[in-house]
Amino acid sequence: MNFLTVTRATLAKDIRLEWRSKDAINAMLFFSLLVVVIFSFAFDPTAEESRRIAGGLVWVAFLFAAIVALNQTWARELRNQVLDAYRVSPAPAIPLFLAKAVGNFIFVAALEALMTPLFIAFYRLRPLGPGWQLIPIAILGTWALVVNGTFFAAMSLRTRAREIMLPLLLFPLSIPALLGMVNSTTAILTGETSPAFWIALLVAYDVVFTTACLLLFETVLEAE
Amino acid sequence: MADTQSTPVVVAEGVMKQFGRFAALRGVTAEFSAGKLYVILGDNGAGKTTLLRTMAGLAHSTRGKITVLGSENIQASRAQIGYMAHPSLLYDEMSGMENLRYFAKLYRIPAGEVDRRCREAILSVKLDPDLERPVGQYSQGMRQRMSLARALVNDPELLLLDEPFSNVDARSAAEMAGLVAHARDRGKTVFVVTHQAAQLELYADEFIWMESGRIVNRTSALQGAKG
Amino acid sequence: MKRGFTILAVLTALLLSFSLYAALVLAPTEQTMGNVQRIFYYHVPSAWVAFQLFLINFVASVIYMIRRSTKADIVALVTAEVGVVFCTVVLITGPIWARPVWGIWWTWDLRLTLTLVLWLIYVSYLVLRRFSSSSQTPLLAAVLAIFGALDVPLVYFSIWFFRTQHPAPVIGGGGSLDPRMGWVLVSNWIAFMALAWLICWTRYQLEVAQRAVHEAEAMQSLMEGAR
Repeated sequence: MNFLTVTRATLAKDIRLEWRSKDAINAMLFFSLLVVVIFSFAFDPTAEESRRIAGGLVWVAFLFAAIVALNQTWARELRNQVLDAYRVSPAPAIPLFLAKAVGNFIFVAALEALMTPLFIAFYRLRPLGPGWQLIPIAILGTWALVVNGTFFAAMSLRTRAREIMLPLLLFPLSIPALLGMVNSTTAILTGETSPAFWIALLVAYDVVFTTACLLLFETVLEAE
Repeated sequence: MADTQSTPVVVAEGVMKQFGRFAALRGVTAEFSAGKLYVILGDNGAGKTTLLRTMAGLAHSTRGKITVLGSENIQASRAQIGYMAHPSLLYDEMSGMENLRYFAKLYRIPAGEVDRRCREAILSVKLDPDLERPVGQYSQGMRQRMSLARALVNDPELLLLDEPFSNVDARSAAEMAGLVAHARDRGKTVFVVTHQAAQLELYADEFIWMESGRIVNRTSALQGAKG
Repeated sequence: MKRGFTILAVLTALLLSFSLYAALVLAPTEQTMGNVQRIFYYHVPSAWVAFQLFLINFVASVIYMIRRSTKADIVALVTAEVGVVFCTVVLITGPIWARPVWGIWWTWDLRLTLTLVLWLIYVSYLVLRRFSSSSQTPLLAAVLAIFGALDVPLVYFSIWFFRTQHPAPVIGGGGSLDPRMGWVLVSNWIAFMALAWLICWTRYQLEVAQRAVHEAEAMQSLMEGAR
């Protein structure tokens, strides 16, 4: 019971704090917009080509936006050493992790929701395969980035050069997930192949790493 | 009453703590009984903060054993511990009540009790619970007092305070000292690390002197005791 | 121990010399690729040795997580470092081979890509160990190694499937192997394993010595404190 209370309380607190410092959210939304525009200037293909590379473009753009969001996951807990207050309390580590991961997921999903229509407009995208499948792919892919991202953001707290450590630790391990996201998206946009294998891979990735993160987060939190 | 006084509240056996090549604690062995106010003194680098953090479970000793509230596994005793340090351990963007409500939930305080306990804690440090100003805009003295309120919200048996009086106005300092003594009078055990021992001279039961990672003396009076 | 080291060093030198001779002279010339193909005897065994070292790293990391044994931590560190070196050999010999034979510098074939990802994961592992400011670096590194190990099967399957959808030249030969080449391959593999063992052993002793120095320094400051 306490588990859910703590998760919910932490998530509510984070959402309230994000809402109050709206300038941070606005800055990140603008950053995501910039990323889409820059990509559109850098890669300007015809409608036919765009379907083949859009999968990769979109997910790399999401990745950059996600890193910016993930890097400030624990920023408020670091100021004034609030993390110590959490550690000193009897509250277990897992609800803290879940609340942060879910909070990040909501935030990154919001960024993606902003970026997607822009990509569709600039690249004149229209999926030739079953478009509805893009929703579960987006959910699975975003969770893959966010769950490990939140975990390694916490690990980076224990290092120097914190902000570069997060992508450094996250990117190599995310390669299979990235392949999954990009190839399944491309499969649906081009309609040429089935995304089934890639979706299954994403599910496996999410299950494996969510479990690993939940089991090992306390170790990382307590490693002062 | 007799029960809590027979079992010591903190027992340290050969506690050593190393940070890389620097040894912050070099073998601390001591017993501390319940219901007393202990003041820990010493120069910078003596190991006072490290000892307090080890008692709070925030630092893990490299060697040796520490038993807090009867348990070596500090996780078991955390509900009974209150900790305060120089950083406020509060969210700058929330008001006092909002902060305390959040932390109260971490201590499994039942939902119906949360508001009442938070108000009590804030009133006990002579602050206004209905103040909506975010904590980040408080004066240093107010912030320290709110931080103390946070440490008190779960009515802990063991209070660990690290430099509560630093950078704080005289009135706030006196308020906190009185509050801390009052907690001791109600049977709580309190450890205060401070450079300003004078604030607690009248209230303290024992002064613990630390130097180079060890306890070098324990006295009941402040004058002429060190070395 | 010194004697064991010397014996191993001499043995390694002999094995390496013989295997080099076997690779350059004894092995038959490959039909289509000619003498360039001989780099295969460096490319493939390096990959095998690297994977073996990373497997040992994984086991050592798990042992460390369970037992907190310093020996396990040092084994993990050493195998990671030497593993990265062998991985680098694979990643360099791959393109050197591919360029004259297929006219391309790189191909996303299974072994090469898997090696690249492992190289990335373990370089990040070494960076974590270097940049960690925690006093529990071995524990964080062990956690990362476990994450890496969980990732490997996922990497394998994703590349394997990708390859079936986008076929490309396989560096290292996909088909059957002439038995005369087979034994040269195995001989090089054994020679490289001996070399890896030698380097790991040396590095292990070096690390043990370095840690002993740290301990001694800490002990010395402890003595000084007592005076």
